[in-house]
Amino acid sequence: MRPQPQPAPTPYTPYHPRWYRTPVSTYWWMHRWVYFRFVLRELTSFGAAYFCVMTLLLVRALSKGPQAFEAFEVRLASPFFICMTVIALLLALFHTSTWFSLSAHAMVVRIGGTRVPGILIVAGNYAAWLVVSAILAWFLLR
Amino acid sequence: MAETIQLEVTRYSPEKDSAPSFQKYEVPLRKDWVVLDALNYVKDKQDGSLTFRWSCRMGVCGSCGMMVNGEPKLTCATFLSKYAPGPVRVEPLRYFPIVRDLVVEMSDFMAKFRKVKPWLVRKDDKPLSEGEFLQTPEQLEVYKQYSMCINCTLCYAACPVYGLDPFFIGPAAIALAQRYNMDSRDQGSDERMDILSQHEGIWGCTFVGECTKACPKNVDPAGAIQQYKLAATMNWFKTLLAPKAPR
Repeated sequence: MRPQPQPAPTPYTPYHPRWYRTPVSTYWWMHRWVYFRFVLRELTSFGAAYFCVMTLLLVRALSKGPQAFEAFEVRLASPFFICMTVIALLLALFHTSTWFSLSAHAMVVRIGGTRVPGILIVAGNYAAWLVVSAILAWFLLR
Repeated sequence: MAETIQLEVTRYSPEKDSAPSFQKYEVPLRKDWVVLDALNYVKDKQDGSLTFRWSCRMGVCGSCGMMVNGEPKLTCATFLSKYAPGPVRVEPLRYFPIVRDLVVEMSDFMAKFRKVKPWLVRKDDKPLSEGEFLQTPEQLEVYKQYSMCINCTLCYAACPVYGLDPFFIGPAAIALAQRYNMDSRDQGSDERMDILSQHEGIWGCTFVGECTKACPKNVDPAGAIQQYKLAATMNWFKTLLAPKAPR
């Protein structure tokens, strides 16, 4: 079992109690916008999770037959679910764009030994998103 | 009278104080002065007891990292005029224990540095008579960015994960591990993976990304960690699909 951290304020300083360690506030993420945005990015993953769950429920309704599917569609058209979908969409859009902006750090693409600039990787993500959205829109609206 | 700017500097004396406090100093606001110049002015002219680390004054030694108005900065590369009309708050690097005034204790960081084996590991070393291990400019380019780290620990002061989990190995140490992993002469990536694939290694990172913004040398530790995560995942899949194959 690995050693557990000792309580603040002196986890690094068991033999040096005179060294002062500033305790980290529970609300550390509220003190700076960049940290707050990070927490927002994490929390907005609920938007993506909501769509996953709704897709699974949709598939379940589909497997139960046309009547169940129709009932599910009617339920989705209720004001409550329309509101939920709009909120989830906004959350998912924020979540997606924040991750896209970070993708340049996580992906290293080299072409002919030269690293592809980060902005092209971010643009590539957006382009792929547009293409997939266009295909889905064509499929659903034709 | 020449224009001045106010500094609010953390003071902590382990002999006298139970907690740090701020002391105000009025210093000349000169266009060519960096925050470190102002601290040296205070030490020379106003208060010789003010304690802080510095050495090269040119962004190479990595000693003078401090929090300037809440941001981790090399004080030798941060102009005072940027903060006019002030005040400028100068604090020791966040998340590190304070030894005295602006001086922090770094042995935890140094221990973590050693842990990732920051040297070339060879499994099939060849005799000296066979000459050096050659490397092309392209092979150098792959890891060069990560070799620019000056151990200033600004990235640790920018990382809330390090503040919340003292066991997290941290951005600079992982970027350094990546520097050696990507070196064509190194064969120690498996050994480092065993250390860094633990929870306190790469998986502790939640990709806040502030370490990369704080880095004065454009090392991009956040990128190094995410790339390491990808390598660890691929490694895991490889061992899952072919458990007996050499990694």
